[in-house]
Amino acid sequence: MLGRIRGMLIKEFIQVFRDKRSRFLLFGPPVIQMIVFGYAATLEIRHIPTAVLDFDNSQVSRDLLSRFTASPYFDVRTRLSDHRQIGDLIDRGAVTVALQINAGFAQDLRKGQTAHLQLIVDSSNSNTALIAVGYVNQIAGRFSQDYQRERLLATSPLIQSQLPSIVLDRRPWFNTDLDSQWFFVPGVIGNLILVMVVSLTAFAVVREREIGTLEQIMVTPIGRLEFILGKTVPFFLIGLFDATLVSLVGTLWFGVPFRGSIGVLAVGAILFILCMLGIGLFISTISMTQQQAMVSGFFFNMPAIIFSGFGNPISSMPDFMQWLTYLDPLRYFLDVLRGVFLKGLGLEVLWPQMAAMGVFSLVMLIISVARFRKSLD
Amino acid sequence: MRWHRLAAIVRKEVIQISRDLPSLLITVAMPLLLMLAFGYGVRFDIQHIPVYVYDREGSQQSQEFLKHFQASQYFNVVKTVDNYPTLIQALDAGACRLAIVIPVNFSEQLKTGGPVSVQALIDATDNNMANVSISYSEAVVQNYNREIQIDWLRRHGQAGLQPPLTVDTRTWFNEDLESTATIVPGVVAIIMAVIGAFLTSLTIAREWERGTMEQLISTPVTPLELMVGKLVPYFVIGLLDTALCAGMAIWWFQVPFHGQWSVFFLSCTLFLIVVLSMGYVVSVVAKSQLAASQTALIATFLPAFLLSGFIYPIDQMPVVIQLITHLIPARYFMTIIRDVFLKGTSIPLLLNDLLALAIFAILLTVLATRAFHKKLS
Repeated sequence: MLGRIRGMLIKEFIQVFRDKRSRFLLFGPPVIQMIVFGYAATLEIRHIPTAVLDFDNSQVSRDLLSRFTASPYFDVRTRLSDHRQIGDLIDRGAVTVALQINAGFAQDLRKGQTAHLQLIVDSSNSNTALIAVGYVNQIAGRFSQDYQRERLLATSPLIQSQLPSIVLDRRPWFNTDLDSQWFFVPGVIGNLILVMVVSLTAFAVVREREIGTLEQIMVTPIGRLEFILGKTVPFFLIGLFDATLVSLVGTLWFGVPFRGSIGVLAVGAILFILCMLGIGLFISTISMTQQQAMVSGFFFNMPAIIFSGFGNPISSMPDFMQWLTYLDPLRYFLDVLRGVFLKGLGLEVLWPQMAAMGVFSLVMLIISVARFRKSLD
Repeated sequence: MRWHRLAAIVRKEVIQISRDLPSLLITVAMPLLLMLAFGYGVRFDIQHIPVYVYDREGSQQSQEFLKHFQASQYFNVVKTVDNYPTLIQALDAGACRLAIVIPVNFSEQLKTGGPVSVQALIDATDNNMANVSISYSEAVVQNYNREIQIDWLRRHGQAGLQPPLTVDTRTWFNEDLESTATIVPGVVAIIMAVIGAFLTSLTIAREWERGTMEQLISTPVTPLELMVGKLVPYFVIGLLDTALCAGMAIWWFQVPFHGQWSVFFLSCTLFLIVVLSMGYVVSVVAKSQLAASQTALIATFLPAFLLSGFIYPIDQMPVVIQLITHLIPARYFMTIIRDVFLKGTSIPLLLNDLLALAIFAILLTVLATRAFHKKLS
């Protein structure tokens, strides 16, 4: 039996490494994707293109607007003199935010009445708009506070010194500088392993079926299990190799810290690759052609990535979607990746994730192997 | 180009597609799946951030303060704990993303006046969520400050204090800042890229791999006829999927459509020509279906997903990547489709983007006709 498995493995490895193109395919795409993702994926918003319109043109109004000019979040590009220009600029997409201060602003403030800052936001991109509104409110809130403090200081300094207030002492852990690469890069490792292992495994079996070489293998004394092992072991190894490769790119190129132990990451990666082998095999049992395999693979991959919490937090999804995410093995692997890279966690915290992946891979492999026997007959 | 030969190729391709029922079903199911997955899974409006609180004082006032967190829709106070280790464990395990710690002499300090510091421990693994948590908790603190200050001033015989400044926010094009309005129109572009990448990219590679290319070459069909014949069926599928997506966007997700249908379909047609030609070129070059699928993923799907501004804003990327995005046709299409849906922009303002798409369409069709030679290797 071992001899036959070895024969099968040699055949598979030859097929995988046969020419330059297919060798490149194993390692090129993951590295390219890693680099593009690492640079392109960020939800951070800075330098929001902004137009300002100051009809009051007083010292306080200029003070308020200068806070926007000084902020890294806003890029004040144009000072307008006519409010009709705002519509034009926003329609063309030249600015996202327009701030307008009407005449009488300074007077309102002086009289102790509430003054108004008009904010117009292009919300066709809701992410940018949400963040822009948040930043404007923060700046306006701070302006309010400062103004109030000064006013009290002028009228009744004693009261000002005793005024109760709370300040938030913020302590961001694990990613102190709030760097988005630190967040995305470990996640990309999970995505890449998922896409690679599922599609390679699914294609390998279906290809034999499609071009008719499966019959040839079936007439050899190779057993079903040997065939499956021969088909999966190479991709298991390639998966592990790719995981190492992209992890190295993540730490060496992008400078993401690696705070945990390699052992824990390896356990997680092995369990996750087993899950993906199970999925890949399953897809190969339901696909007759490589086109079908590819499309079914996509059918699994895309939701798996979206609902894993890769880019958007699970806690913001609708409730029933949140329940579905528990069926997503990538969800657990991302916990492991981010836990090991950024938080330096060990098995004592990550064991539930490991157990979930273990159960998933076991169930998936059993189903796939069972279906596989049938689909070969 | 001879019409009867072209018709024959189209017929052959249609028969081949319709025989492969699963793939055909999937081309219909795909837009549904992607729409649902992206529409529900990708949300920018972060809500219900899980919070743990550790109230070291446990006074009426500290409880009062914490109620403000409970009342906010942005936070979900999951648990109250009574020691640091549990808090740290929860942050490690991801059970909470934010932990609020109230100091021992909270109410006393507030009474004596001056600022009291409240700790906010933030799991900053997800930098975006951390940013949002910070700005929402700042807002909670500011509101609470205003309340206690007004109260305090009143008790000290000062007039009730009005907030000096408020922001009047007007959001254009997407008043409720719905993520779906931003995401869902973009899914149309993703669907087209998928069709180009995953379906077209295999058409020629399949003929090579199955050995039917020899038969095709021996017929009098010209490269141009072959290309057009191969692409026409996928073009039709692509248009149907587009209509399906638009229908779902408008009726299921309630995304407003303010533009003109003619502009919508014109841009869709151009972009479809672009992705189909790209898929075809990949297919000709790759020869094996596995290679074709992997290359197409990198050439069409990934840029449409990552570098088009679909989720990640282009103006936040490093300058080099920003320059690269100008070479990505999906970037122009993404702008057009969002503007047409949400802003109702008409042709004059979209001229640049439409022109860019048209240039890509011409270049790529020329490339596609040149790529294929009627030669055996």
